[in-house]
Amino acid sequence: MKGSLIILGFFSLGILIGAYDITPSFLLETDYSQYALYVLMFLVGVGIGSDPKALQAIKAMNFKILLIPLTTIIGTAIGMIVIIPLLEGVNLKEAMAVGAGYGYYSLSSLIIKDLHSEWLGVVALLSNVIREIITLLLAPMFAIIFGKIAPICSGGATSMDTTLPIISNASGKEYAIPSLVHGIVLTILVPFIVSFILSL
Amino acid sequence: MLTVVIIMISGILVGYLIRSFEKLVKVNDKLTTWAIYALLFLMGIGIGANKVIMNSLHTLGFKALIISIGGVAGSILLGWLTYRVFFKKSEQ
Repeated sequence: MKGSLIILGFFSLGILIGAYDITPSFLLETDYSQYALYVLMFLVGVGIGSDPKALQAIKAMNFKILLIPLTTIIGTAIGMIVIIPLLEGVNLKEAMAVGAGYGYYSLSSLIIKDLHSEWLGVVALLSNVIREIITLLLAPMFAIIFGKIAPICSGGATSMDTTLPIISNASGKEYAIPSLVHGIVLTILVPFIVSFILSL
Repeated sequence: MLTVVIIMISGILVGYLIRSFEKLVKVNDKLTTWAIYALLFLMGIGIGANKVIMNSLHTLGFKALIISIGGVAGSILLGWLTYRVFFKKSEQ
């Protein structure tokens, strides 16, 4: 919980600085978050390699790892069916297409804008950014209440990069590789699932 | 994608080599936590400075939020089931 609050603090501070144009220009010229991410991925790797339990646990999981992306795909679809009565002006197909971005906002919003409409593309952008933010902020809580797979499923495609360090912290280092595999599988599937849903 | 995988694998190799130096392993955990804070801060700046996101928040933001909540809630509930049925036992 304390972890989530500190993360929320840093994130909010960043948004405020970005929104009020008081960002020092050197921070905007280069996308430093990309480099921060690479540093982070390396550190998470060091954490896994130096933890003998983590390597053993990964060997024991083997094929079961693939159940995790399947869980995310089915779980997200069920979620859309449940929330659709709350959405005005969005039908189930549209909600499913947005949901099938699984947090991969750049690609899914482009595809949806191309195959459907500008406004749904913006909804996809916002919704998938929010999915990433929810995961970053609540992963520690999800792991405690819903078990160690839940933060991975919540992260969707982002579980291979931006949310991976938080997931590894929340669920344990032995779940870092499953998280990476989950993110890669979903990242590959996003364009296919989104365009399939919109073609129905 | 490939970059991320290569970076992580080289991290794992380095971690494996330094696994017996407890101090280094502890420093690594601390660094990881601070790198997470830095990443979130920088991502916040990126989102705050993104005009498309900030300007459409009040119109389409609510719909987007409902869809996000639905997706996350469905995923974590089914994730709880998957964990209980397939993962928890092999952990103990």
